[in-house]
Amino acid sequence: MSDADWSALSNTAIAVAGGLYFLALVAHLVEWSALAGRRQHETATTEAAEGGGVAVATGPADDLGSGSDREERVARFARIGLAVTVLALVAHLVALVARGLAADPNRVPWGNMYEFTMAGTFVVAAGYVGLYRRFRLAWMAPLVVGLVVTLLMVAVIWLYNPVGPLSDSLNSPWLVIHVVSAVLATGAFTLGGILSATYLVKMRRPVGPIMSRVPELAALDRTAYRIHAFAFPVWTFAVLITGPIWAHQAWSSYWNWDPKEVWAFITWVVYAAYLHARSTAGWKGRNAALLALVGMATLWFNFIGINYFSTTSQHSYADAAAVVERP
Amino acid sequence: MTQTPDARTERTDRRAGELTPRELLRWAWRQLTSMRTALILLLLLALAAVPGSVIPQENLDSLETSRWREAHPTLAPIYDRLGLFDVYGSVWFAAVYILLMVSLIGCILPRTWVYLRAIRAEPPRAPRNLERLPDHASYDTDLGGEAVLTRARAVLRERGYRVRAAADGDDAVSAERGYLREVGNLLFHLSVVVVLVGFAMGGLFGYKGGMIVVVGTPVANTPNSYDDLVPGTLFQAEDMDPFVFTVDDFDVEWIEDGPGIGTSRGFASHLTYRERDGEEKEYRLRVNHPLKVGSTELFLIGHGYAPVITVRDGEGNIAYSGPTIFLPQGPDLLSFGVVKAPDARPEQIGLDGLFFPTFVMTPDGDLTNVPGRPRNPLLSMSVYRGDLDMDAADSTSQSVYVLDTSKATKVEGEDGKDLRLDLSPGETAELPDGLGSVTFERVVDWNRIQISQTPGKRIALAGVVLALVGLLGSLFIRPRRVWVRAVAGGGGTLVTVAALDRTGGGDVTTVIEELVEALAEEEKT
Ligand code: HEM
Repeated sequence: MSDADWSALSNTAIAVAGGLYFLALVAHLVEWSALAGRRQHETATTEAAEGGGVAVATGPADDLGSGSDREERVARFARIGLAVTVLALVAHLVALVARGLAADPNRVPWGNMYEFTMAGTFVVAAGYVGLYRRFRLAWMAPLVVGLVVTLLMVAVIWLYNPVGPLSDSLNSPWLVIHVVSAVLATGAFTLGGILSATYLVKMRRPVGPIMSRVPELAALDRTAYRIHAFAFPVWTFAVLITGPIWAHQAWSSYWNWDPKEVWAFITWVVYAAYLHARSTAGWKGRNAALLALVGMATLWFNFIGINYFSTTSQHSYADAAAVVERP
Repeated sequence: MTQTPDARTERTDRRAGELTPRELLRWAWRQLTSMRTALILLLLLALAAVPGSVIPQENLDSLETSRWREAHPTLAPIYDRLGLFDVYGSVWFAAVYILLMVSLIGCILPRTWVYLRAIRAEPPRAPRNLERLPDHASYDTDLGGEAVLTRARAVLRERGYRVRAAADGDDAVSAERGYLREVGNLLFHLSVVVVLVGFAMGGLFGYKGGMIVVVGTPVANTPNSYDDLVPGTLFQAEDMDPFVFTVDDFDVEWIEDGPGIGTSRGFASHLTYRERDGEEKEYRLRVNHPLKVGSTELFLIGHGYAPVITVRDGEGNIAYSGPTIFLPQGPDLLSFGVVKAPDARPEQIGLDGLFFPTFVMTPDGDLTNVPGRPRNPLLSMSVYRGDLDMDAADSTSQSVYVLDTSKATKVEGEDGKDLRLDLSPGETAELPDGLGSVTFERVVDWNRIQISQTPGKRIALAGVVLALVGLLGSLFIRPRRVWVRAVAGGGGTLVTVAALDRTGGGDVTTVIEELVEALAEEEKT
């Protein structure tokens, strides 16, 4: 296959992946609406039983059918959603690999914003599927899949770039190790952020048909912590070890206070504050979750926003014009 | 343990009104070293770092900074006073991180003593009611109590727990693991200080500078060879490593077709260099492959074109001659440059204009440049005569890249329009009114070389690596206590297993399940 074929394959695969994620999202939405129906149904039954003193065996008739039918429906659509997500993940992987093979010389598929976003969303989706059982993440499905679809759309519409060779300063073994860790941490922080956001929502509205499916606050907090605790050292490795080593090789100084570096540092400090908050009386729970969200905001701002905000960044992948250093 | 500082501050809080100065000092110290203060200082540090990423920084991009200053004449002096053009060197930024470090040391050192005592202590006795712990499980067995406890000790030891020494009359086993978590935490925090020390050494004793080097011209590593030099506060010019170097040859690997056409795949300089009394050595300098000479490192970070221009004045003397550095305006290397010939007679001559590496004329008669390998170089310049203002006392505008035309006049051609010289290599243009002539001899390359000394970088690196190791220990070693109690009753023995995660972050139900399973398995064998 020629480079152009690979590139076309990558574009097709990412479109397929996007479509499949969207189908998965639809499946999960059906699942959740059925779920909401079930809860209403149950509530109605109990209310009737309590109010009238008469045991009512069936709830008000609706087109969703009886309770057990509905149960089945919820489970079926949950399974479909997960299965389609796994398929989407495969297409997503194909898109990444083909993208790397489309470049001449072949390279890792994260040389510009489009590719970073593609790789980052892959980590989020793969992390979710991988941890699905262990952390019982079924309830997260629509959130994760929805986020991935949205980000992929942003990537395809606004960030798309034809495959090109790497700019010279990116052409280094550190690209692999630094960016893999940064993307991995970004994906994990994002998953953690979803958990923390859910924690905050559940704190305000602890009951309701949807919320009853979401784990208890303590469990949410614990899972969020464990994901953040994984992401933090990886981020440390990415931005405070491999980043500076590479910066030293490419630009002569391992820490430049370049806007990208500044924001990576800010993200690091905010997450350090999050970890502290979790073990400080009065900051546990709500404030810690808020800090986790602030951390995620700084992370994504750095990833996308800073490229549009600042003209001085040496991190040239976002902008070909920066390849030539202004003397 | 983490709660203690808070508990203490709360108690002293209430008595704050009746403190002696000494107590007040101690109270302030406790406040400073509390977790809550650390947390707030961390957030302050994050906040304090923000302005430097949106306001141009003097040391990072002085050009952008001066442009910003010009555009905001009222704000600029205020920003200057607040140190906003040098955020990371400002007093208030330093205040935040120094307070944080003091707080850190004040917090971590006392914990070291607590920890040293704890590490030798035995696991504490079992609480009377294991059932009161949130996580516990029980089962019945036919084995005797002593036998159960002996097995429990073996099982727990096997799993890396420290087990409390057996004593007469014990009905329970106490065990604990994860002592290294605290070590990790201490290591992490102390390493943060190490990183800061390494970083500070670089800032104080190192320097960073850049120069534009024309291919073929030897350069000595002395302060006046630099175009820009940012020395550390305590850096002295004598600390510069003495060496000379020459970029003998420079090549760019252009992409001639396919995606990325017109850009370069990479570039490299062939460099020869010699230390004071050493012999001459060679190096192929590329991006990402710096050259190290003594404790100095050289980096290739950019390149451009230097047309070789000769200006003869009206009297036929050479008033200017040599490679002239033109600055790229964009990735296609269309470049801008100026020539100043103040010694030209009868009048001073100045030129400014563009260099096109590959020039084409559009159908409308405009000049444009095609990116990529230089195929059709063209120099296109305007000419000025008169006073170039080179003796002005305020020489700020006298950068070699800027022509001061405020007192000069633009030379006109025969048609009465502004004169534009369009020259290919080897061509000469006569100037009107017997002013002289301009020759474009040829083009040479220039390299932008960044040179720096960064003492302490190894210390900083060792610091972050240690910090990471400590962090992993601190985050992933789960300290927990386990108790197994065996009580005779109902014809058998009732065994209760309980566990406590000391960080409050872990889920110990699986730990208990596994232990119960292991104990039961031992029984079968
Ligand atoms: C540069 C400043 C600091 C950074 C980056 C930092 C970072 C961290 C991180 C990432 C953790 C997480 C480890 C864990 O969850 O077990 C942690 C824990 C901790 N930090 Fe800091 N810290 C800093 C300053 C301080 C200061 C000033 C104090 C003293 C008040 C402090 C006290 C603690 C304590 C007691 C823990 C353990 C919490 C626990 O056991 O869960 N830290 N720190």
